[in-house]
Amino acid sequence: MDDIVIEDLTKSYASGWPGRPPFVALDGLYLTVGRGEIFGFLGPNGAGKTTTLKILLGLVRATGGRALLLGQPAGDVETRRRIGFLPESPYFYDYLTAEEFLGFYGQLAGLGHVAIAQRVTDLLSLVGLADARDRQLRKFSKGMLQRIGLAQALIHDPELVILDEPMTGLDPVGRKQVRDLILSLRDRGKTIFFSTHILHDVEMICDRVGIVIKGRLLASGRVDELVRQDHTQSVEIVCQHIKAEGNAFIHSLATRVLQQGQQCLIVLPSPDAVDAMVGEIRRQGGGLLSVTPHKASLEDLFFQEAAPEASRVQADSLTGRAF
Amino acid sequence: MGAIGVIALNAFRESLRDKILYNLVLFAGLLIGLSVLLADLTITEHHKMIADMGLAAINLIGVIIAIFIGISLVNKEIERRTIYTIMARPISRTFFILGKYCGLVLTLFVNLSIMLAVFLVTLWLYHVPIALSLFQAVQLIFVEILVVTAIALFFSTFSSSTLSAILTLGIYVIGHLTADLRSIAANSESGVMKTMVDVLYYLCPNLEMLNIKGQAAVGILVAPEYLMLASLYGMVYAGVLLSGACLVFQQRDF
Repeated sequence: MDDIVIEDLTKSYASGWPGRPPFVALDGLYLTVGRGEIFGFLGPNGAGKTTTLKILLGLVRATGGRALLLGQPAGDVETRRRIGFLPESPYFYDYLTAEEFLGFYGQLAGLGHVAIAQRVTDLLSLVGLADARDRQLRKFSKGMLQRIGLAQALIHDPELVILDEPMTGLDPVGRKQVRDLILSLRDRGKTIFFSTHILHDVEMICDRVGIVIKGRLLASGRVDELVRQDHTQSVEIVCQHIKAEGNAFIHSLATRVLQQGQQCLIVLPSPDAVDAMVGEIRRQGGGLLSVTPHKASLEDLFFQEAAPEASRVQADSLTGRAF
Repeated sequence: MGAIGVIALNAFRESLRDKILYNLVLFAGLLIGLSVLLADLTITEHHKMIADMGLAAINLIGVIIAIFIGISLVNKEIERRTIYTIMARPISRTFFILGKYCGLVLTLFVNLSIMLAVFLVTLWLYHVPIALSLFQAVQLIFVEILVVTAIALFFSTFSSSTLSAILTLGIYVIGHLTADLRSIAANSESGVMKTMVDVLYYLCPNLEMLNIKGQAAVGILVAPEYLMLASLYGMVYAGVLLSGACLVFQQRDF
């Protein structure tokens, strides 16, 4: 069963000026997130990630399409009892202490005093803020705010956790804590849907990812599937006693040739050309030192998908056609 | 405790931790104290001067707090993006608006009670008779504050803090002048002018109806029926505005 179902979701904002076309934030987005899954929602700035999350939570109304959360239409008030949310760069009531802050959200979620007291203690320990229990949030650092924000999202033990850029503002230790926390939530059967820019974290913990560009989903699936299916691996060959300069055959196959003294680095765009290249090196009397297949990363895929679209958007905005 | 109560108590707590509020209440105390000094400068009517000034100070500070906290109640939540985590909870937008309103009303009630206590102590110290009419005046000041808070909250659901402040202040001033404007317009030959003033008269609250400070200061009581009717009028007006605020807030994107 899918906890999040998004079908043909659109959102456009009026330009405010007559005659100007509306700004399209989401342009027919399709997406599903299964129960117990960690789903990473990737995309450059302005791609529509936060708008999608806001529609799911009822903060913004969709112009068209359909979004279901836990089987109910997005924005349904009662369903929010089962959802936890952390917004991007969260701002909270800074006059509250950490304990009061979590208590307030616990009350809003309908928890009783005893349950709140227990959950507050547990969560403050979990996010490493037990010592800051009685400290006002205005005295918190950015990383501490991010962590207390995570705690408020989890105060009512939700089934589905939606996080908007949860790694923002955290140092490497904090990021690892959040990663571990997300993994532990998945182990307890929770579904986690989070947007991020930090590809490394996505690659490490996500079961599936979706790449959204300009309001459309460009790719979606398991990280290993996406990387294997959609991106050709490159191969690096290091050899010696060969002069690659002026060798038309080598240059016709390689995407990059780097000569350093006796050694030469040749980068091939795919493994298909390895045999031909190795044969040529031997023919020229060279010695093979290494052949390294370059494993494609999610970052490669992201740039492959995002870069052409992003540069087109940038060109459009410069010529005044977009937005 | 229901969601409205949780939001209201939090709004109340926010006000209590805001130093500006204490300054305003302190300022009200100073104004009430000043009334004693001014009364010394007058030849007669010392008692009336102290009562007049005291009621005016309570009214002024109450309205200032209502406007300047009222306009930021919703706006601040949106500008600071604290609204995101609140609206992600099982709480309807209507309950949020009502909770915020109740929180500010509670704050104003506590402030008004403090100012009234300072006022009564001042009257007692200077042997000014404490007439029942003074309590009637304070009751209607409170009703006026309920209306002003609702106006500020209504505007803050769809406009910026500055614009909300200007609009609320404008309605407040017009609300005290509608009856006068209507009588002036009655003598005008322009039909357009009469219609415009009529529209203003029926659209804006008649806040003069809630102003009995002048007669209260000299101990003249108003009929209980009037007190009840005026209070009911103010509360219905505030209720209509709150409904409008809820409707507008329902349609908003954050």
